[in-house]
Amino acid sequence: MLFNALVKYSFVAMAIIIGFSASMYADEGDQVRVVGSSTVYPFSTVVAERFGRASRFKTPIIESTGTGGGFKLFCSGVGKNTVDITNASRAILPSERTMCVENGVRNIIEVKVGYDGIVLVHDRNAQHFSITTRDIFLALAETIPDGRGGFVSNDNTMWSDVNPAFPSVTIEVLGPPPTSGTRDAFIELAMETGCKTYRSIITLEHSNPSRFKKICQTIRDDGAYIEAGENDNLIIQKLTSNENALGIVGFSFLNQNIDRVRAVSINGINPSFAAIAEGSYIISRPLFFYVKGEKIGFTKSLMPFVEAFLDKAATGEDGYLTYRGLVPMSAVEHQRYKHAVRKAMNSVGEVP
Amino acid sequence: MTNKPHPLSMASLPGLDKRYRAEKRFKFAGVLAVFSSLAFLGFLIVAIALKSAGAFQTYEVEILVKKEKYLELRDQPFIFLQSTMRYNLSGVVNGQAMREAVNMVVDGAEIDLLDHIENLQQNTRADGLGSYSVWVTLSNRVVSALSKQDIGTNLTARQQAWVEGWVANNKVRQRFNVGFLTNGDSRDPERAGIGSALVGSAFMLLVCMVLSFGVGILAAIYLEEFAPKNKYTVFLEVNINNLATVPSIIFGLLGLSVFLNLFGLPRSAAIVGGMVLALMTMPTIIIASRLALQSVPLSIREAAFSVGASPLQTVFHHVLPLALPGMLTGTILGMARAIGETAPLLMIGMLAFIVEAPDNIFDPASVLPVQIFLWAESPERGFEEKTAAAIIVLLAFLLVMNLTAIILRKKLEKKW
Repeated sequence: MLFNALVKYSFVAMAIIIGFSASMYADEGDQVRVVGSSTVYPFSTVVAERFGRASRFKTPIIESTGTGGGFKLFCSGVGKNTVDITNASRAILPSERTMCVENGVRNIIEVKVGYDGIVLVHDRNAQHFSITTRDIFLALAETIPDGRGGFVSNDNTMWSDVNPAFPSVTIEVLGPPPTSGTRDAFIELAMETGCKTYRSIITLEHSNPSRFKKICQTIRDDGAYIEAGENDNLIIQKLTSNENALGIVGFSFLNQNIDRVRAVSINGINPSFAAIAEGSYIISRPLFFYVKGEKIGFTKSLMPFVEAFLDKAATGEDGYLTYRGLVPMSAVEHQRYKHAVRKAMNSVGEVP
Repeated sequence: MTNKPHPLSMASLPGLDKRYRAEKRFKFAGVLAVFSSLAFLGFLIVAIALKSAGAFQTYEVEILVKKEKYLELRDQPFIFLQSTMRYNLSGVVNGQAMREAVNMVVDGAEIDLLDHIENLQQNTRADGLGSYSVWVTLSNRVVSALSKQDIGTNLTARQQAWVEGWVANNKVRQRFNVGFLTNGDSRDPERAGIGSALVGSAFMLLVCMVLSFGVGILAAIYLEEFAPKNKYTVFLEVNINNLATVPSIIFGLLGLSVFLNLFGLPRSAAIVGGMVLALMTMPTIIIASRLALQSVPLSIREAAFSVGASPLQTVFHHVLPLALPGMLTGTILGMARAIGETAPLLMIGMLAFIVEAPDNIFDPASVLPVQIFLWAESPERGFEEKTAAAIIVLLAFLLVMNLTAIILRKKLEKKW
């Protein structure tokens, strides 16, 4: 009987609690929802946290869904429970824009966050050499052209095999594992570019895309490329004990360890804030987020959050995001973006 | 053993020693199995516990802030922090030194500083010296140098000198990290806590419990006491048993397509998480409850019927109270599984950076296992110990729940 009563009362209590909290189910209009790229996620979360602590608004909620998945959610509609912002490590595709428009998302405001640069570094005392994307491809791909129109598996063991001008040291490159976004970007921006310097491969891109992908995007696994984990600090530490090794790290790590390592210039360009920001350094890409204009009037904290993101203290040249590894835009570009975004937001914001 | 003469002679029982040897081998293998599993468990727990030690402590440094600087710079937090650090540390002469100085305290310390000073103004206004003294959390890098006594490896020469100066002047204090149990998630390991995740887990468990216990027990009673035994109920039974073994990620997909897309419930909310987990635990509860009902002897029911009770009265007045301890045990074990579940929650948007604790079950919520997953993925070094500490908390939770189940069973279950 005791249990009967206990169960009865606990059910009543739970029903009251649930009913109570259900009645408090106000609309979620006060909290920004962000989805999208895992590359932008670390920056987004830092801004969101500071925004939540320093303002009277709630901290935005940020999900890491990948760029494509982010657009899918972003373009699903303009209703109450839809997301306000999606992060992207590339610009929006025309097909994604069409999908958005079909679902009523018409006012898409593009905001550039900054750049993501990937650098090849080696020990400060190592013999300096300049490298091209074709050299990177020849050193790291699993299959390379044999020079007679066919393909062979890569048997270059020395840098001098790749290019006679290079020193004859063993090819040893420490880089991130396949789960890493840095590696994806490296493959896309460095390997593929190098790969496409061969005419035979360019024709392959159209005639046999899957073969093209396999040749250009597969990194050799015979020990020349060493997976050194996601931790860039670790790679830097290993480089200082091995002068012959190269490491693939994010640009910010070069910046913080300039006393220990030096960057290899690629296609003749040395990585620098300026070279990355203007795009002349090839292994770099802009990072964006997209704001749903339709939600600006509805989600009260959306505009302040975007403002906080575009604040000089955050994405500016010496903003706190640079401490987290963001390559910032130049002051001029930053200013221009800020004005453009503010204008776009205000023009949408007026119409409720 | 071997030199003692056995009552049955070996000669009369050929092969006896062989059978004894087989038994010994089996015993040895069994003991080995038990010990190795215990060793693995012990290793796991000791490793995690050792790693988590640092997470429960926090180091703070006393920072002096000039009042006029505060009034002048409070609208530019980062510049305010820089000027404060320059005031507190000697030799901040160039950009590199400034960077090192700012790195001495936790990232985002400017907001802490401003916050503290504002509260101080409202509460006390006591200091007449023209400066505030604020305790600020040290950065993880400095803390690891302090606690491991290897100041040299992580810090620059300048930073080492600063730390030594602070320690010499008694400006550094160490205390229990209350924030770890009360704060929400943060990108700074120094500030991250499991407070929000605990609240989120509690809300989710509440929803899961109400749904799975309510529905599960009703289903079990109906199937066991009222339903006719025909091919339909047998089919149902097979399905329920099958459902109990479905991988949890499938329930997550179901939650995504039905609860989120069809019903339009909010993403990352405790209610959706609770509903998904309720689906997952319900079969377990139904099976456990049916076993509990079956264990109530027929004589109880017959006695009730014989004094004129209706079937409903029989079940609710006599059978159910006797079966309840068993049902509760099953429910608690189901809940214990649910609280540690992550996979289905990933599908419904709970793998997200959520700082604030939810106010109700419709608010976006973070839960313990997801928090552990997020921290384990974070690149910042300090999250290693936070992850371990969160695992310890989750294990403690599970231990309490399982203990409750055992105690309930021991105390209340009747043997017939």
